[in-house]
Amino acid sequence: MLSKSQAKVFFLGGTIVTFIIFLGLSWHSLSSEVPKRTHEENLSAKVIRGKVLWEKNNCMGCHTILGEGAYYAPELTKVYERRGEGYITAVLTTKAPWQPRGRKMVAYGFSATDAADLIGFLKWIGETDLNGFPPKPAYKK
Amino acid sequence: MKYKSQKVAYWFFAFSMLLLVLQIIYGFIMGFAHMGYDGLHNIIPFNTARAVHTNLLVVWLLSGFMGAAYYIIPEEAEVELVNVKLAYIQLITLALVGVTAIIGYHFNYWEGRKFLEIPRPLDWLVVANVLTFLGIILVTLYKGKKRTTTAMVLTMGLVFAALLYLPGMIWFDNQTMDSFFRWWVVHLWVEGVWELIMGGILAFLLIKITGVDREVIEKWLYVIVGLTFISGILGTGHHYYYIGVGKVWLIVGGIFSALEPLAFLAMALFAIAMYRKGEKKHPNKIALSWTLGTAIVSFVGAGLLGLAHTLPQVNMYTHGTLVTAMHGHLAFWGAYGMIVFSFISYALPNLTGRNLFDSNTGQLAFWLSNIGMLGMTVAFGVAGVAQVYLERKVGIEFGEVQKEIEVHFLVLVICATMFATGVSLFIYEFK
Ligand code: HEC
Ligand code: HEM
Ligand code: HEM
Ligand SMILES: [Fe+2]
Repeated sequence: MLSKSQAKVFFLGGTIVTFIIFLGLSWHSLSSEVPKRTHEENLSAKVIRGKVLWEKNNCMGCHTILGEGAYYAPELTKVYERRGEGYITAVLTTKAPWQPRGRKMVAYGFSATDAADLIGFLKWIGETDLNGFPPKPAYKK
Repeated sequence: MKYKSQKVAYWFFAFSMLLLVLQIIYGFIMGFAHMGYDGLHNIIPFNTARAVHTNLLVVWLLSGFMGAAYYIIPEEAEVELVNVKLAYIQLITLALVGVTAIIGYHFNYWEGRKFLEIPRPLDWLVVANVLTFLGIILVTLYKGKKRTTTAMVLTMGLVFAALLYLPGMIWFDNQTMDSFFRWWVVHLWVEGVWELIMGGILAFLLIKITGVDREVIEKWLYVIVGLTFISGILGTGHHYYYIGVGKVWLIVGGIFSALEPLAFLAMALFAIAMYRKGEKKHPNKIALSWTLGTAIVSFVGAGLLGLAHTLPQVNMYTHGTLVTAMHGHLAFWGAYGMIVFSFISYALPNLTGRNLFDSNTGQLAFWLSNIGMLGMTVAFGVAGVAQVYLERKVGIEFGEVQKEIEVHFLVLVICATMFATGVSLFIYEFK
């Protein structure tokens, strides 16, 4: 039967081996895949200002992006493609809570420049290669 | 209670339960908002309620773990805690940082990164606080007479949990990088180092409750935490399918995360086997229920319900939907909520000298809270599957689908009421 010291070797050995593989794969992803898949060349000062606003206001507390966040409001990774600039500007600049169906968004009433920065961020993220996410609805004509 | 300094654990447990009550209140706010009743929107918008709900969860669990460590380490190392006063100061400062963060969330002071909403300046205070805690634990262990495997696994879990907080404090311009390292905290916590903490506490409880030989229990503890890391580290890949990194993670993440339930299965079998094997029948029946319960419910919530959406083909559809919330609730409750409850129900009678071993209130609390939470899981699950089908298969708009599934949140709130009643009884019994 397995002894306690063998069990310890299993634990320590397994941990070290998988951790090294994990670090290697992570390094590969971050150094060679992410710059291409996310189009890092388009990561302008405007997009970054948009990301700062995104975080500062915790939009992720209602929405998801890259499929991460909350399940109270629509997934926004492809929203630029779906709605276009004019629609999103209206959502972000209105002084009354945006609520097309009764469920309310916070009324941020952003300035035109802040809205443009956020839209820059949403446009940039919409171009990321996400291995096919979000899926295309199969039964939609 | 063998050592006077263990008493400090009581206050960590009290703080923990207080935060749980607040967490539940904010949970109800979100449950009603999903039903269409968002009357509090102007004061507590959904994102505030959510940040408060999930952060309180993490802090009540950590406070419970800290209390457990302050109780376990002296007993295992056979020595008093080196500095009890510092431990009280650590609790008070933890409470102050926590309260500041929670109040800040009501005034748009946060970072919009799920689970890591604490703003960076406050992060440094959290770090200082956790270092104080670890200092007390490590010095006590160093001065102690014994360094048992149980104490070492528990301490390792706590030390790694602290280290893994750091990648979450780095700023990235690129959202994909941000997400990549957010998972080093969130995933490697719950599917890695926190399992060491849970395993350590579980081993301690089984040794005390079943009286099975320590060598046997600790051998299996190594096997369990070995399985945890071997599957869980590379299993991080199940969060890297669709965030802008390469296809290699679809394979690595798919295979290794599908192995993760083994660690939870091992934990469940281990607890049941030790219970069967034990000759010593400890009178604390309530602690026994919770201990076996946590091992089994964590297998269902984390293991089975995790497996249900971990393969890339499934996750493509369920990613970022209420299906995730279904799994999140039962996994957090079964693994980490219930292990804290197990420990409190074991330690409290020893700390206060009251006999709370087998009361009806205690048993009722156990059943109400668990059945309530199972019901909540089903409600989230039905809502989630309907959402996935209507939104991602049929292609109906998000907002339209949400209207269709409002009724499931009525079921959620009813089951949540049952859960909250169970928790209240537990707190009343063990106050
Ligand atoms: C309190 C929750 C909440 C917060 C916080 C929030 N939103 Fe919204 N958002 C909503 C709701 C609800 C809708 C409308 C859903 C519907 O279509 O019925 C919405 C709609 C949108 C839309 C249109 C999506 C579409 O597909 O029609 C965009 C774009 C948007 N929000 C961006 C943001 C940004 C950017 C932030 C952060 C600055 C943010 N939201 C914060 C709740 C929120
Ligand atoms: C008892 C009353 C509770 C209610 C009504 C409730 C309800 C909710 C709701 C509505 C959400 C937000 C889902 C969304 O983003 O739309 C949520 C999130 C969450 N809750 Fe609760 N909750 C309760 C208790 C708990 C408990 C006891 C735990 C842990 C043990 C917990 C853990 C979580 C977690 C981890 C999340 C985040 C889930 C994710 O992001 O996938 N909740 N809860
Ligand atoms: C006690 C252990 C566990 C806890 C507390 C837990 C909790 C959670 C939470 C809170 C989330 C949402 C995270 C976020 O979006 O930020 C999540 C996501 C996820 N979990 Fe777990 N989990 C556990 C174990 C597991 C296991 C063992 C598996 C696999 C077998 C698993 C599979 C997943 C998957 C695939 C997701 C991503 C869902 C999505 O794409 O939206 N989990 N888990
Ligand atoms: Fe995970």
